[in-house]
Amino acid sequence: MRKSLLALAAGLLLAASVGAASAADKLKVGFIYLGPIGDLGWTYQHEQGRLALVKELGDKIETTYLENVPEGPDAERSIEQLVRAGNKLIFTTSFGYMDPTLKVAKKYPNVHFEHATGYKRNPNMSTYSAKWYQGRYIQGLIAAKMSKSGVLGYIGSFPIPEVVSGINATILAAQTINPNIKVKIIWANTWFDPGKEADAAKALIDQGADVIMQHTDSPAAMQIASERGKLAFGQDSEMIKFGPKTQLTSILDTWGPYYIERVKAELAGTWKSEDSWGGLDSHMFAMAPNTNMPDDVKKMAEDAQAAITSGKLHPFKCPIVGQDGKPVECKGGDHLDDGQILGMNFYVKGIDDKLPGK
Amino acid sequence: MELVEAIILAVLAASTPLLIAATGELVTERSGVLNLGVEGMMIVGAACGFGGAWLTGSIFIGALFGIVAGTLMSLIFALMALGLAVNQVATGLALTILGVGLSGLIGAGFVGERITPAVHLHIPGLTDIPLVGRVLFGEDGFVYFSVALVIGVWWFLYRTRAGLILRACGDNHVSAHALGYPVLRIRTFAVMFGGACAGLAGAYLPLAYTPFFIPGMTAGRGWIALALVVFSSWRPGRLVVGAYLFGAVTILQLHAQGWGVGIPSQFMSALPYLATVIVLVLLSRARTGGSTAPAALGTVFVPDR
Repeated sequence: MRKSLLALAAGLLLAASVGAASAADKLKVGFIYLGPIGDLGWTYQHEQGRLALVKELGDKIETTYLENVPEGPDAERSIEQLVRAGNKLIFTTSFGYMDPTLKVAKKYPNVHFEHATGYKRNPNMSTYSAKWYQGRYIQGLIAAKMSKSGVLGYIGSFPIPEVVSGINATILAAQTINPNIKVKIIWANTWFDPGKEADAAKALIDQGADVIMQHTDSPAAMQIASERGKLAFGQDSEMIKFGPKTQLTSILDTWGPYYIERVKAELAGTWKSEDSWGGLDSHMFAMAPNTNMPDDVKKMAEDAQAAITSGKLHPFKCPIVGQDGKPVECKGGDHLDDGQILGMNFYVKGIDDKLPGK
Repeated sequence: MELVEAIILAVLAASTPLLIAATGELVTERSGVLNLGVEGMMIVGAACGFGGAWLTGSIFIGALFGIVAGTLMSLIFALMALGLAVNQVATGLALTILGVGLSGLIGAGFVGERITPAVHLHIPGLTDIPLVGRVLFGEDGFVYFSVALVIGVWWFLYRTRAGLILRACGDNHVSAHALGYPVLRIRTFAVMFGGACAGLAGAYLPLAYTPFFIPGMTAGRGWIALALVVFSSWRPGRLVVGAYLFGAVTILQLHAQGWGVGIPSQFMSALPYLATVIVLVLLSRARTGGSTAPAALGTVFVPDR
């Protein structure tokens, strides 16, 4: 009895060490998430991307993720924790992780980092993002067509260029349908607080908005719009469950292909620090089916999507007039150049609100 | 007029979870126990409350699930902080971390599910009175309960012998013990009451506020409730002022942004915190001068035989 127990223990030890050896051979890939993986918005989509990665390369890699990591000093600790755990490629998936990621990247030159939606890079730190403003332009067209009151409601998270360019793309598109369209903007100053997002949606609707757009992560605003019989756009994910008669369309973040591509590069030893900023043409994101709208609006939205994908239509086509009434310098030929969009810190004409911090 | 009514309705909804959670914590702290785990108990209450309502189709049962979940969480705290006399601050923080993880685990099965939210009262005639009708006679049950709760707690603390004993435990546990009161048992009940309230406050979020469950949906409301208790100088009356003021400024700053008031939104977002702290500090200075923290708050008590 005793012998067999010893043998069993030895066998278990052997199995454990074999397991550890094979685990060590696998490439370790880490993810830092801002919200919970069940937020049904931003973090949820990154998690879907990770799952797609595991499905594709699961026998060669081992993935870890840390969720609910606040932006700021905590992020630095968490990123470093993933490095110490042996991860060789680390994706940090929120704008606010930019400086912490850079700091850790400089400290560990042998580890590769990928930061989503930032603009700072290093030889071992890439950035990746998507041209969501293209999707927001399409939403602006739909919103202007569908709004009866001529007032759109926009829930912003933080006044960073990505969000500001989304607001501008929306209103530029809407103005092509209705030159007098108004947009009311409420900044939640958080990416994720369902209660506050719901309060913001209520406030916008109470003030006359009948189409709600959001750049925050939960489906709360969609649900309020649904309760009040208004229309809304989803964010990051398919949110039609929360407003079957409410959702017009939604920008869908589809990270899977990018994650697979980058991990394959890492496995092949060809990983390089890059800046990936893809649009509808590169499938960095997609649009949910157009619903709850008449056929002519649907057709208009589809045409606009095709035109943007083929490059015929640019949301920031010059001339663009700033809020101050002066034309914006046009650096990209017939449209604003990528740098201007990535650093956008002004409102276009027609928004009678002040950009925070301006 | 309609806008004013809409704003008041939104304020009541935003303030209710803070009021419920803070009232529970006030009783806990009055007994001399500092439980920093409110956020953790709330989020588990939210997950279990939603789960209960989703499984049974009843908001009432959901609320009960929330209460039971919060109470069970608080029992973990009571076991550690009272039974084993572990440091209360550390135990409370650990409870929050545990709660956040646990809620994700419990809630994983029903993320994305929908329920019918708590119904709002409707009394024909009364509810239809302009402006005040919906505010007074058109709320969901949680709102009325929160008001009854805080009045009940005030009455209990200041008008009953049991309340006096509870406060005595918080102010001087040695004397209370010497007089023959079971300090640890009283504190355990106070901690459980705080847990039940936090669980209910958490359950309010997915059952009435935003009728779905998402991990992390309490978004720091437990911490705000904790702060409200301190700034109210551990007095129920001021707690009501603080909770409603916080809710009111939260909602008003959103409306101010929608109207295009040219104040930076970052400042507007900080405004509820600033306004509440300033008003409560002024209140406590005007009346009694200085804070009235229970003297034995947060101290460990190990009774001799």
